[in-house]
Amino acid sequence: MSVAPVDLPIAGTGKGAIERADTGSITKRTKKRLTSRGATIASLIIALLWTIPTFGLFITSLRPQEEITRSGWWEVFTKWDFTIENYQTVLANPDIASSIINSIAIALPATVIPLVIASLAAYAFAWIDFRGKDFLFVGVFALQIVPIQMALVPLLSLFSRGFQVAGDPLFEGFRGAGEYTQVWVAHSIFALPLAIFLLHNFITEIPREVIEAARVDGAGHGQIFFRIVLPLTVPAIASFAIFQFLWVWNDLLIALIFASGAASPITRTLAELTGEFGQNAYLLPAGAFISMLIPLIVFFALQRFFVRGLLAGSTKG
Amino acid sequence: MLKDLLGWIGGFPPLVQIPVVILAFLVVIALVLFFVEIAPRSGRNYTIIRLVVAVAVPALALLALGSIWWGIAIAAVVGGLFFLLDYRSREGKGYILQLVGFLAPAFILVIIGLVYPTIQTIIASFQSSRGAFIGFDNFAWIFSQPENLVTIRNTIIWVLVVPVVSTIAGLAYAVFIDRSRGEKVFKILVFMPMAISFVGASIIWRFVYGYRGEGSQYGIINGIIVALGGDPVNLLQQVPLNTFLLIVVLIWVQTGFAMVVLSAAIKNVPAEQLEAAEIDGTNSFQRFWNVTLPGIRSSLVVVLTTISIASLKVFDIVRTMGTAYPDTGVIANDMVTLLQKFETGRSSAFAVLLFLLVMPIVIYNARQIKKQREIR
Repeated sequence: MSVAPVDLPIAGTGKGAIERADTGSITKRTKKRLTSRGATIASLIIALLWTIPTFGLFITSLRPQEEITRSGWWEVFTKWDFTIENYQTVLANPDIASSIINSIAIALPATVIPLVIASLAAYAFAWIDFRGKDFLFVGVFALQIVPIQMALVPLLSLFSRGFQVAGDPLFEGFRGAGEYTQVWVAHSIFALPLAIFLLHNFITEIPREVIEAARVDGAGHGQIFFRIVLPLTVPAIASFAIFQFLWVWNDLLIALIFASGAASPITRTLAELTGEFGQNAYLLPAGAFISMLIPLIVFFALQRFFVRGLLAGSTKG
Repeated sequence: MLKDLLGWIGGFPPLVQIPVVILAFLVVIALVLFFVEIAPRSGRNYTIIRLVVAVAVPALALLALGSIWWGIAIAAVVGGLFFLLDYRSREGKGYILQLVGFLAPAFILVIIGLVYPTIQTIIASFQSSRGAFIGFDNFAWIFSQPENLVTIRNTIIWVLVVPVVSTIAGLAYAVFIDRSRGEKVFKILVFMPMAISFVGASIIWRFVYGYRGEGSQYGIINGIIVALGGDPVNLLQQVPLNTFLLIVVLIWVQTGFAMVVLSAAIKNVPAEQLEAAEIDGTNSFQRFWNVTLPGIRSSLVVVLTTISIASLKVFDIVRTMGTAYPDTGVIANDMVTLLQKFETGRSSAFAVLLFLLVMPIVIYNARQIKKQREIR
């Protein structure tokens, strides 16, 4: 990595270095860089702007039905009127409870499966030489853009009818293979290009010496992958796992096509709740908040990996 | 076979299915890794193992998928050919089989789920919706309709504005809150939109942009306008403002992604470099511009790329919030609308256009990857 040389004229920066050095612990100062008043105010403004819409929804979710339709949520500050009735109604709905479980049952395997498969492929792209490697890798990268909408119809017919050659089946389809199977497979497929791309960026940055040393010690690719690459990439994998989990959790499109009836995840149930002539529209804010809860817990639990790790091989480049 | 197994597992309660399926999957992967590890070893026993695995795995896989007998037989023969190819490989025995072990799972899934539909789409873009070959007619149709040109213009606006604004906002925020008190809470606040589905987001923004002709407003922007003595405006009805209002929603979502990734990158910039720069008497902005920014360059590229692709594919926001309003169309949404009207040809032509729009990003990244390889 090449860091741009910092050879700026001291004169232009006002106070000289000597003066600063006198004040002692430079490290502390450096670490506190940019926490000036302006920066604090700017970050507070961003935080506020980004939070107000959600905050409005939160307040709305706590208001009685007739108030939601009658007036803006900010009027709650002049006319104090809260209720948890919406939450009670939502949670009492058996569909909501079962679709939260469905969401978990869909999201966990749909996070683990593509991550493992992608890290295998990313390792091969990073550390095994073969002809056409760069070309294939760029191809996989480019597949990110394939609009999911285009792939849905062919996949659906493959899953329901299988694959036949001259009338004889090579693949019998997933009919009767459990409600979640096709959702898992669909999510795994669509996650792969981005997952391979991001994990590859990280896996290539493992120092060559580390890999070579293991090779000299007699480790094959299986051991190098399992004993060296995997532990070193845990932060990257965890970061991507968070995003993948969120994307699957919040997905509606795949759910609409592949997760039918009893397997319906929370997004689909919520969307259907709005669809019923809008009569239940007042329950949506509460429902949306309940569905946010688990992703936020996941983020909190895995947040430290973001700090330790770097999603995209940050410093080198 | 596999279907029955999955069907049997599918009979379990959902929360039991999770560990069972994940464990079963990991066992399979562990077997693959174990085989990959022993594949290059020399000796007669290992040769036999390689032969057996090369022939049996494809055959068993097809058997599990419920294939007819001749399909299984062909798979076994192909496996045998792979063994022979591998046996004579210049890179040493086991080399090709290792490669297959690492890449086959991903490639099979990607070919079935992405490559095959892509090829199908490209072919369909040169056909009428009845399947007759009509050359470039679908593309000519796209460029002859004024509303399609609006759609294309909108898509370009999305892909230019969203990545730039959300990356700058996310980067600024990440820098400002870096090592400040309450950093975690600050992060959560901006990250929160990522945890909200588009269904939820469309509800949230209804309470921001909402409009009522008279009486009490429920959208906060109109609430403010009325409080200041103005007349309420039907915001999403205003062209071209409405496209930008929808863009704000995606920026609101993607900033959290940019912020989280860039924050991690910033923390990895070596402190010594920053100290050295400080000793040289630079101010904090110069340090940011000359040390931090070059240090997080590759992360910036990844963030910009990922968000660009996400904004090219934007669909949910326009679908849930914009369809009732004029001139808000984007390619990804029009594609679905056309598909629902059974206009597969025109829909596919739009998809191909989307591929073409993403080409510059792909080429840039390809060159980036190549450069990285050369450095190593």
